[in-house]
Amino acid sequence: MSDTNSPTSSYSDNWKRPPFIKRAWLRWLLMVGFAVYLAVALGTMDIDWQRAWEGLPRGQRFIEAFFPPNFADNRGVVWDGIMESIWMAISATIFGIILSIPIGLGAARNIAPSWVYFLCRGIIASSRSFPEIIMAIFAVKLFGFGPFAGFVALSIGTIGFFAKLLAEDIEVMNASQAEAVKVTGSSWFQWINYAIQPQVMPRMIGLSMYRLDINFRESAVIGIVGGGGIGATLNTSFSRYEFDTTAAILIIIIAIVMVLEYTSGYLRKWVQ
Amino acid sequence: MLRLEGLGKRYKTGDDALKGVDLEIPDGQVIALIGPSGAGKSTLIRCVNRLVEPTRGKVYLGDLELTSLSSGGLRKARRRMGMIFQEYALVERLTVMENVLSGRLGYVGFWQAFLRKFPKKDVREAYRLLDRVGMMHMADKRADELSGGQRQRVGICRALIQDPELLLVDEPTASLDPKTSRQIMRLINELCAERGLAAIINIHDVLLAQMFSQRIVGLKEGLIVYDGPPDGLTPDVLTEIYGEEDWEATIDEVDEDEDKDKDKDKDKDEAVS
Repeated sequence: MSDTNSPTSSYSDNWKRPPFIKRAWLRWLLMVGFAVYLAVALGTMDIDWQRAWEGLPRGQRFIEAFFPPNFADNRGVVWDGIMESIWMAISATIFGIILSIPIGLGAARNIAPSWVYFLCRGIIASSRSFPEIIMAIFAVKLFGFGPFAGFVALSIGTIGFFAKLLAEDIEVMNASQAEAVKVTGSSWFQWINYAIQPQVMPRMIGLSMYRLDINFRESAVIGIVGGGGIGATLNTSFSRYEFDTTAAILIIIIAIVMVLEYTSGYLRKWVQ
Repeated sequence: MLRLEGLGKRYKTGDDALKGVDLEIPDGQVIALIGPSGAGKSTLIRCVNRLVEPTRGKVYLGDLELTSLSSGGLRKARRRMGMIFQEYALVERLTVMENVLSGRLGYVGFWQAFLRKFPKKDVREAYRLLDRVGMMHMADKRADELSGGQRQRVGICRALIQDPELLLVDEPTASLDPKTSRQIMRLINELCAERGLAAIINIHDVLLAQMFSQRIVGLKEGLIVYDGPPDGLTPDVLTEIYGEEDWEATIDEVDEDEDKDKDKDKDKDEAVS
C-alpha cells in the first residue's frame, strides 16, 4: 500500500466519474440557467401570504362541515350515482379495450407495415391529446347530459391509454418466440394468438384493471361537466352545501378505488 | 432436396453477410455449417425459410423456388421446413403441448387453433414425439418451468410435428452444457436418420460438428471455404476458416471424447431414447 514498496506507486490514485455533460462551459451554463429560471419563475408566481393566512380558518370550517359524513339522508341518489359510475366504468373499459386491440396491434412497429403504423399512432395520439374532461364536454354537447356521454368520453380515453401500452409491450416482446411460431407456416391471426398474445397477456390484464380504476375515478370528474354517474351526484351535493353527503361520497369513491387496487394486484399475481 | 444458387444477402447497414453461396444438399443428408461468428451461418439458414429476405440468388426446395413465393405460397413452403433455435424460442407462457402443437399451425384453421381443438391424429403425434424425446410427463407444464435441455427437446418436437423434409437448426447447443449438448445433437441426428430428413446444423463447436454430421461446410465472410467430410478438417483447413490458432487439440480428441461420453451418459440416454 505504502509508496515505498509498491511498484504501482507511479499510477494515479485519483479517479472521478466522467461528467454526464463533457463540455464544462455547457454544463455550467445549463446549471446556472436552470437556477436563474427557477428563481424568476418563483418571483412571478405572486403568492399573497396575507390571503393564504386569512383562508385558513375558512378552510377549517369547510373541512369541519364534512364531519360526520352523512351516508343516510341521500342514500337513494348516492347509490344510483355509484351504480351508474360503475356501469359506465366497466362498459367503457370493455368497449375501449376491444377497440384498442386492433389499434394497438397496428401501432406496434415490429409487426405492422409502416402505413398502418402511422395511421394507428395517429389515432392514439389524437385520443391522448385531449384529457377525458375535454372529451366529456364534447360528448355532452353531442349526446346530451347523462351517462352515455361519459361512456363515450371514457371509451375514447381508454383507446389512447390501452392501445399505446399494448403497442409498446409488443415492441419489446421476445422476437425469437415470434419467429419460431411464424416459421411453422402459421397465418397472421394464428401467429398473433400463439406468439404475441401469450407474451403480452399478463401485462394487459393488469393494465385493464388499472384502466378500470382510472375510468371509475374519471367518471367522478366528468359527471361534473354533465357526464352522469357519481360525479353528477357529487356536484349536486356541493351546490346544495350538503358537505356531509359530499364526504360520504368521497369515502365511497376511495373505498371502491382501494378494492380495485387490491383486486388488480391479486389478479396480476395470479396470471403471471 | 435443397439447392442454393448464388445466394446473397446485403443488410441495410451495408454488411455483405452472404456473397453468393452455391450449395446442394441431397435427401437425408445432415450437414454441419461451421465458421466464425459473423460468417453468415445464421443468415444462410434464415434466408432459406425467408426469416431474412435474401437480396440475390435462388433457393430451391425440391422443385419449388422459394425466394419468389408470395406470402401464401411461403406459408405452405414453410410447413416443409422445421426450424430449431439457439435459445429454444419456445413461447414461454404456453404449455409444452401447446408449443408442440403450434408446429401444426400451418395445417389447421384459425378457430381450430384458437380453441386448441387440434385433430386427433395431431394430438396423438404430439404425444408420440414427446415420448420419443422423454418429455411425455411434462406435456402440461408451462415452457418456462423447463430446463435448457428439456426446452430444446420440446423445440425439436415442435419442428418435427410439422412433418418437414428439411430441418434448419441454428446453434442448437449454444446455451447448453457439454453433456446436454451431446445428447441433443445425438437426438437430432437419430431423428433425422429415422425420418430420412435432411438438415443444416449451424454449430460453433467443431468437435460436435465432426461427431454428428456426414458433411461439413465451412463458411467465412459470406463464402464457402470448405465443403467435405468431417475427417477432412485438418489444422490447415480450420486455419483457413477461423484464422490462426493451435488446432491439434480440437481435432485429436474426437474419438476418445465420444467414448468417454457414451459411458457416462449411458443410463441417462436409455431414459431418453
